[in-house]
Amino acid sequence: MLEIVEQQLLAPAGLEQRHLDLVLDHLMGHQIDFADVYFQSSRLEAWTLEDGIVKEGVYSIEQGAGIRAISGEKTGFAYTDELQLPNLIQAADTARAIARAGQNRSIAVADKGVGRQLYAAKNPLDTLSRSDKIALLHQVEQQARREDPRVQQVIANLIAAYDMVLVAGSDGVLRSDIRPMVRMNVHVIVEQGDLREQGTAGAGGRTSLEFFTRNERGLELARDAVRQALVNLRAVDAPAGAMPVVLGPGWPGVLLHEAIGHGLEGDFNRKGTSAFAGRMGERVASPLCTVVDDGTLENRRGSLNMDDEGTTTQQTVLIEKGVLKGYMQDKHNASLMGVSSTGNGRRESYAHLPMPRMTNTYMLAGEQDPQEIIASVEKGLYAVNFGGGQVDITSGKFVFSASEAYLIENGKVTTPVKGATLIGNGPEVLNLVSMVGNDLELDAGIGVCGKEGQSVPVGVGQPTLKVDTMTIGGTV
Amino acid sequence: MKAFDHKEKYAQLRQLVEDVLAEAGRQGASSAEVAAHSDMGLSATVRLGEPETIEHTRDNSLSISVYMGQHKGTASTAELSGEAIQEAVSAACSIAKYTAEDPFSGLADAELMATEFPDLELYHPWDIDIDGALAMAVECEAAARDYDPRITNSEGATLNTGQAVGVYGNTHGFVHGYPSSRHSLSCSVIAQQGDSMQRDYWYTTARSASALDAAAGIGERAAQRAIARLNGRKLKTRQAPVLFRAEVAAGLLNSLIHAISGSALYRRATFLLDALDTPIFPEWVNIEENPFVMQGLSSAAFDAEGVATSRRKLVVDGILKGYVLSSYSARKLDLQTTGNAGGVRNLSIQMGEQDFAALLKTMHTGLVVTELMGQGVNPITGDYSRGASGFWVESGEVQYPVEEITIAGNLKTMFQQLVAVGSDDDYPGSTRTGSWLIESMMIAGE
Repeated sequence: MLEIVEQQLLAPAGLEQRHLDLVLDHLMGHQIDFADVYFQSSRLEAWTLEDGIVKEGVYSIEQGAGIRAISGEKTGFAYTDELQLPNLIQAADTARAIARAGQNRSIAVADKGVGRQLYAAKNPLDTLSRSDKIALLHQVEQQARREDPRVQQVIANLIAAYDMVLVAGSDGVLRSDIRPMVRMNVHVIVEQGDLREQGTAGAGGRTSLEFFTRNERGLELARDAVRQALVNLRAVDAPAGAMPVVLGPGWPGVLLHEAIGHGLEGDFNRKGTSAFAGRMGERVASPLCTVVDDGTLENRRGSLNMDDEGTTTQQTVLIEKGVLKGYMQDKHNASLMGVSSTGNGRRESYAHLPMPRMTNTYMLAGEQDPQEIIASVEKGLYAVNFGGGQVDITSGKFVFSASEAYLIENGKVTTPVKGATLIGNGPEVLNLVSMVGNDLELDAGIGVCGKEGQSVPVGVGQPTLKVDTMTIGGTV
Repeated sequence: MKAFDHKEKYAQLRQLVEDVLAEAGRQGASSAEVAAHSDMGLSATVRLGEPETIEHTRDNSLSISVYMGQHKGTASTAELSGEAIQEAVSAACSIAKYTAEDPFSGLADAELMATEFPDLELYHPWDIDIDGALAMAVECEAAARDYDPRITNSEGATLNTGQAVGVYGNTHGFVHGYPSSRHSLSCSVIAQQGDSMQRDYWYTTARSASALDAAAGIGERAAQRAIARLNGRKLKTRQAPVLFRAEVAAGLLNSLIHAISGSALYRRATFLLDALDTPIFPEWVNIEENPFVMQGLSSAAFDAEGVATSRRKLVVDGILKGYVLSSYSARKLDLQTTGNAGGVRNLSIQMGEQDFAALLKTMHTGLVVTELMGQGVNPITGDYSRGASGFWVESGEVQYPVEEITIAGNLKTMFQQLVAVGSDDDYPGSTRTGSWLIESMMIAGE
């Protein structure tokens, strides 16, 4: 893979491997502990159907190199969208100004080979012809309209992206990755008399666009968006107050991402700003809970062959049977904390600094039949679909917004309720998990995680689980 | 930071825009529009008194939309080499061969292009160097850490300075642009007492360095906010009046703008459908946008399509008087564009007489919200449900901080139940409002 990336990314700018050594040599003064150069070239194509026509098509190009120099806790960073050697040297000068200059050191990077491929190194933009992409969007729209005459508006998007990266570090690392990504979203608006509501469904991953044509997956998204919109049309006001909550499998795993995921990122724990700081080895969840972050799942949206620092991704156990076992680390925070990177060093692009980020975060399956879990609740909420979430990692308070939820009455799922925000406390909520289902599912591949202004694709997942009490932000 | 030669940069980008428009014509576009942008900046962060991160930012971008008759194609590039631009123009033209004919697409009408370009004083480069930037961030963070022994930790203070040049052009012959600058200083600290740990922040942002609030004041306010949150309690679930502190009330104004924006209207995806000329607020509410505020954070003489912007009233005596339209959404609605391609510019609500303390007295008993969490707003129904923290108030006096609660209602009702807007317009940003007192909302807690 390295040859392909060098040929496509470096060669056009007249760069060879020895130039990378040169830039790194230049970066490393005696007070610089670590430096790296990150090259990236991306292409993205997106199509939008609305009002029954594919009215928008967008193509975007991104290319550049980011240069970082680290001295103790200090980081200097500069980037350029011009890849010629003089521009790189200039950016390196700027980045290393964080520390006083000293004797240069000689560095020779060498290919450390990725050794495995979790996704095909293939440009997904070309995996369907443009006519076929447009035809697919029309089929999806027609499917949505066939589902129900109350469907009034269908907006469907199809996105394919191709990302080529190469990283060379002063620790000798030289690695590259070719990362495909596809995604489809369907948004429908239904109308019945004066009532209007919406439903959305989406899916994707690091694969080709055939993902949406195989097994009618695109059409399935249309059906699901309409089903959800119609459920919301007959939803009653959600209850307000604390009660038991059963979360469905898959996407509701956003609970884990917000409630504990961010709080277990290395930077917040090194700085002591997380509600989980200094709690390694302590019980932070019920013994039913084992939570991992796993960047090694094939074709998943949050997966990576290597992270953006060239570290092979892995499965990291965050919580094992309720006990806090691990943080997610990038190189910088790992070295300051005296541990190893867990392959969680990620960045939005060459123009952003890497930091510890999640990949695919999920809870392992338990033993309970999901039906038994629902049957155990006398009065509560069953939430199966969510919009976004947010967490304050210091206080531990987190929210996530249900977009499809039902009342549970006497052990049975009954009336749908309107969307409501659920709020809880990260270090407490998993202690309140009293039942875990045997039905682990991962989400469909639509997650975007934001941190300090940087967005990266992620995955979440969980089995059906019961939280004994959570606060539900309804109106009645 | 050294100012880049904005005149030279402007000339370069203008030439680039003209060249790309010409190239689009050669490739068969019947019309086209191009926006080019270049910026450079410096971001210096200190944490616990020591430099933590120095980032030098330097971004370029070019986006092009071509129209082949009524077929549209769009492309953008974040790299301004000849090859990348060539690739982008070809991609836009080739995409336009596949998109459907859309009778509403196209450039804004030629007669709507801006013809006057007043100097809105948006460009004030700051020649601060790295040491100067770090010193200011250190001063800010130190003020926060020295404010109270309960400030035990810090996420740091950051000074940002940036300058940019943007040029927009289209095949009506309109090609204009201007330089701008923006600077900010922010601070985020952690307060601790017993088991309670709370983070809060404050910031200042302006077009010119001289308009920034004092560094020490930013740090102190961040510290005050973090300390005030310590030992927060939950509330029992109840119905009560809610006072949205000015900085979160600005979010309610943004929800209004979303609801009256063209794309939400033509998709019928808004709770304010067909609300033009109907009362949506009490009759004392007036809301306007003014694109011509000197040094305004969203000031501009033309919008993202070259259309002249205008100072106008969106809400008069509580009645909705204007939508927020681009030429595309306007055509879909059979209306005229309002010069809002790219959003509203310097929105403000007419302030009331009462300061924050007077608003507390008016509310008597209820909830002050100082922070909202999550995205729980349904734009179609107006249903509103969000995580909140703030303070519980009795007899017009703050009693204790509250957290881990939600507030819920419906925006349509909340707008109608607006009791008062304060005079306490004391936060940074382009949207101006005082705090909003809403008659009643559902608070969920224990």
